[in-house]
Amino acid sequence: MTASTTQETVRRPTGTPLTRALGIATLIGLAWFVAFGLFLSPDDVVQKKGVRILYLHVPSAWLAYLAFIVTAISSAAYLSKRTRSLTWDRLAGASAEVGVLFMGITLLTGSLWGRISWGVYWVWDSRVTTTAFLFVTYLGYLAVRGLGGTHHQRARRSAVVALLSVLEIPLVHFSVEWWRPLHQQESIANGKLSGLMLFSLFVGVIVFTLMYVWLVLHRQRLLAMQDALDDHGLEFAIAERREEAVF
Amino acid sequence: MNSLEVTRLVAVKDLRIELRSRVLINQVLPFAAIVMVLFAFALDNDGILDRVAPGLIWLATLFSMLVVVQRSFAVEAGDGALDALRTAGVPAQGIYFGKAIALGLQLMVLEILLFGAAFVLYNSRIAAAAGIGLLITSALAASCGLGLVGTLYGGLTTGTKGRESLLPLLLLPVVAPVLIGATRATEAALGVGGISMREGWAWVALLVTYALLFGIGGSVAFGPLVDDGA
Repeated sequence: MTASTTQETVRRPTGTPLTRALGIATLIGLAWFVAFGLFLSPDDVVQKKGVRILYLHVPSAWLAYLAFIVTAISSAAYLSKRTRSLTWDRLAGASAEVGVLFMGITLLTGSLWGRISWGVYWVWDSRVTTTAFLFVTYLGYLAVRGLGGTHHQRARRSAVVALLSVLEIPLVHFSVEWWRPLHQQESIANGKLSGLMLFSLFVGVIVFTLMYVWLVLHRQRLLAMQDALDDHGLEFAIAERREEAVF
Repeated sequence: MNSLEVTRLVAVKDLRIELRSRVLINQVLPFAAIVMVLFAFALDNDGILDRVAPGLIWLATLFSMLVVVQRSFAVEAGDGALDALRTAGVPAQGIYFGKAIALGLQLMVLEILLFGAAFVLYNSRIAAAAGIGLLITSALAASCGLGLVGTLYGGLTTGTKGRESLLPLLLLPVVAPVLIGATRATEAALGVGGISMREGWAWVALLVTYALLFGIGGSVAFGPLVDDGA
């Protein structure tokens, strides 16, 4: 890549007509979601306004799990020789970053909801505990991504760690479940939510999925640009100085 | 040279370095002992100490393990020994299992000391004769699991500066099932916490499963993790 094309790569925005359309759809969807979640849906009989936290909590949890599944699949795709490409690695990284953010939101909203409905911020339920472990594990994954080395070193190392996490999480879940067999009731499945409430939740899941795709596309492109800058940043800087030189 | 022979040589080499440098005996064991004493200060109550002793033993094992793992890979990274081994075509599986065995054996020494400390300091006692078998089996299974996982993540965080601080963040969440399983099995053996012998053996089954899964996963993953060539 020559200096001028690098310059183009670096200055190219991460948006394309597709992501712009996706972004606009997400923003409209979020407005719609807020209207349903905060105003149109009724209060819960038992939890009153507290139920509205679920409209943020459940879609965040869904998004985070989706993100971690995408990370695992992209990591496997990178490790497979047939499909080895840094694009998979960047997709895994971008997805994990978004996943960690929304897993954090899930934990935060979950503990707030727990305070309202159970009276405590935290219960040692297997689902809650596994979620916390996922959060910490993927923080570790992101730290591994930042260890340095060449792009392929980073990609292979982090892909292996991502797949090891897939091995770890069921073991943690299983052992915690066995450790504390008493479960809290599923909050959605026990049928206390009315039609409009379920619809609000459904809107949230759709909108958050759109938001996930939007964020990951941008983040993935940004990571590609960072890699390009790492590869060609020096050449680029030298070429710029040369252009400034007066002969 | 086959993998089995490499495994044996690497394990013997690691243990010989340990015997000559005496880091485990002079640094890690005293550290573990002081942790046990500090637990007693923190939980200033004999009744509680007796009850929570199994958990404290295994918690102290995990903390001390971090030191042993770092030490185990510091000797490799120092002169690029690991890279040299790999460049020489030594199979990664051999290195992995060799180091894991050495680490597991060191952990067993550590556990013997910690159990001794709990007997002396916390007044822990084995509930019945059957408890001895359970205690030894669970400690063996847990040491295998910890050795395998510790070597895997130790290999990842070895080398360049700044990686050592990453080890606890990566390793502690992964070994949580071992902490739970080994603690419950030990509680059954010591007759505290209301856990029956049968349940104790069920937890040993979890520990064995854990060791097997990470043994298989680690033997595949260790090579790619330590090879820094592109």
